[in-house]
Amino acid sequence: MRRVAIVGVGQTKFKTRRRDKTHPELTYEAMQLALEHAGIEMKDVEAIAYGTMDPFDGIYLTERWDSISGAIGKPYMKISTGGTTGLTTALAAYEHVASGLFDIAMAVCVQRVGECVDAQPVLNTAVDPIYERHSGIGAIHIAAIQATVHMAKYGTTEEDLAWVSVKDHKHALKNPNAHIRMDISVEDVLKSPVICSPLKLLECCPRSDGAAVVIFASEDLAKKLRDNPAWVLGETTISDSYYIGDRPDFSHWDTLSIAGRRLYRAVGIDDPRKDIDVSELYSPFTIQEVLELEALGFAKRGEAKDYAKEGVTFVDGDMPTNPSGGVLCTNPIGATGLVRLIEAALQMMNESTNQVDDAKVALAHAWGGTLQFHTLMVVSSQKKLKG
Amino acid sequence: MEIIEFDAKWEIPFKHSAGEHATKFFEGLKQKKILGVRCPSCKRVLVPPRAFCERCFVKTDEWVEVKDEGEVLTMTVTYMKFTGLPDPPYAVGIVKLDGADTGMLCFLGGVDLSDWRKVHEIFKPGSRVKAVWKEKPEGKITDILYFKPVR
Repeated sequence: MRRVAIVGVGQTKFKTRRRDKTHPELTYEAMQLALEHAGIEMKDVEAIAYGTMDPFDGIYLTERWDSISGAIGKPYMKISTGGTTGLTTALAAYEHVASGLFDIAMAVCVQRVGECVDAQPVLNTAVDPIYERHSGIGAIHIAAIQATVHMAKYGTTEEDLAWVSVKDHKHALKNPNAHIRMDISVEDVLKSPVICSPLKLLECCPRSDGAAVVIFASEDLAKKLRDNPAWVLGETTISDSYYIGDRPDFSHWDTLSIAGRRLYRAVGIDDPRKDIDVSELYSPFTIQEVLELEALGFAKRGEAKDYAKEGVTFVDGDMPTNPSGGVLCTNPIGATGLVRLIEAALQMMNESTNQVDDAKVALAHAWGGTLQFHTLMVVSSQKKLKG
Repeated sequence: MEIIEFDAKWEIPFKHSAGEHATKFFEGLKQKKILGVRCPSCKRVLVPPRAFCERCFVKTDEWVEVKDEGEVLTMTVTYMKFTGLPDPPYAVGIVKLDGADTGMLCFLGGVDLSDWRKVHEIFKPGSRVKAVWKEKPEGKITDILYFKPVR
């Protein structure tokens, strides 16, 4: 496996709906931004890994339509793994180059959920059709049951969770690409209507339209293309049991823990609190940031609930988390995982609009499929973890 | 310039096979019985039953009847209407029935759902619940109307 770096990123400004463009036109927009950022042309890209969650866009094989944006004549593959799609697509593109088979590969993810008049019926079909579909659950319900146990077990309060939302919204104000950009208070969150107890409206993500692109290059090429590439130190992905009832403990995201440990071991991370400077975690609902911080070793079990409130996870805190505003403020589902990587890479390039001082190592995460899949990638401004 | 829009819709019928194991489970519901299978390798009793244990990758053919009461692992009350989902308010939870090693997703009921904090207290993790059956079960998952709290 050879060393690979991110040499260009591009993302469209996320909105409820981009009425002005078709699927491939939006894809083209993000591709142009990434190519400009990398200083290369479409003809230089040797292979494309593409990701979308088709049914949300109402097009089977969206990759066919979006192929007109740049895949013609090139190797092209599609990834679709629920919410991890964005980051798993990045893994595919990265592995194209790390394997030595290609020198430049592009990860492209697009989601036009804004064109879906009502996305709920799509979500409903993701639940097991035989045993579980009758019981009225969707994405918010799943996060809510996580919150219920964490609160019962550790005394996590509604206010603790509200702080996560306050933090993400504050961070999003610094991100010109973020979808929801508004300053809110803890009181605003607590007063917003309860959707699935205990979670309230302002603790839940929006649905966003947009596209994201990341360009990976081999070490030799990366050095020629930019002074500040974001080096990929490691990656992993994992899947958990399918039936929701099989998960032993909703207060602890054990599969994420396992994935995190595998990754840390491979990369040489001993203590994520010290070795990782900034994280972009996939938390479309407040409680999930808490669970992710605990599963990934940034906090002991039951302790991450205080982090937002105490400023630990704000951009100027000890463990900056989602300085982009995160998924809570921007969620173009199939692309969201890739946006996490883009924001992590920008931090490593020292080009983020909400830059963490002296950040050298960043973690990007995504989960998907009713809490079933996790994907992780570590990037750095340095070629190796330490020096 | 006013950009033109095209309407589209997915209306696609399907028939999903339940397989032998789920079919047997639903037949059991007709008799107000809840059936699971025991994995010969890890010995977990899996409810709802499936043809093989996904952790051990072995076939599961030892049938076990579990009780129709057990403990709540977690729950939530929904107050918003989502397309295709029940009218609010409704409560769902994961219940681990006595004799089973996995939880089952199901409705919780028999209580006033208007104050979610009260509902969370009644159905808190660890609390005991019992199935309320449809009077004339039909061999469908909805034969269990919901689980109600018991002492």
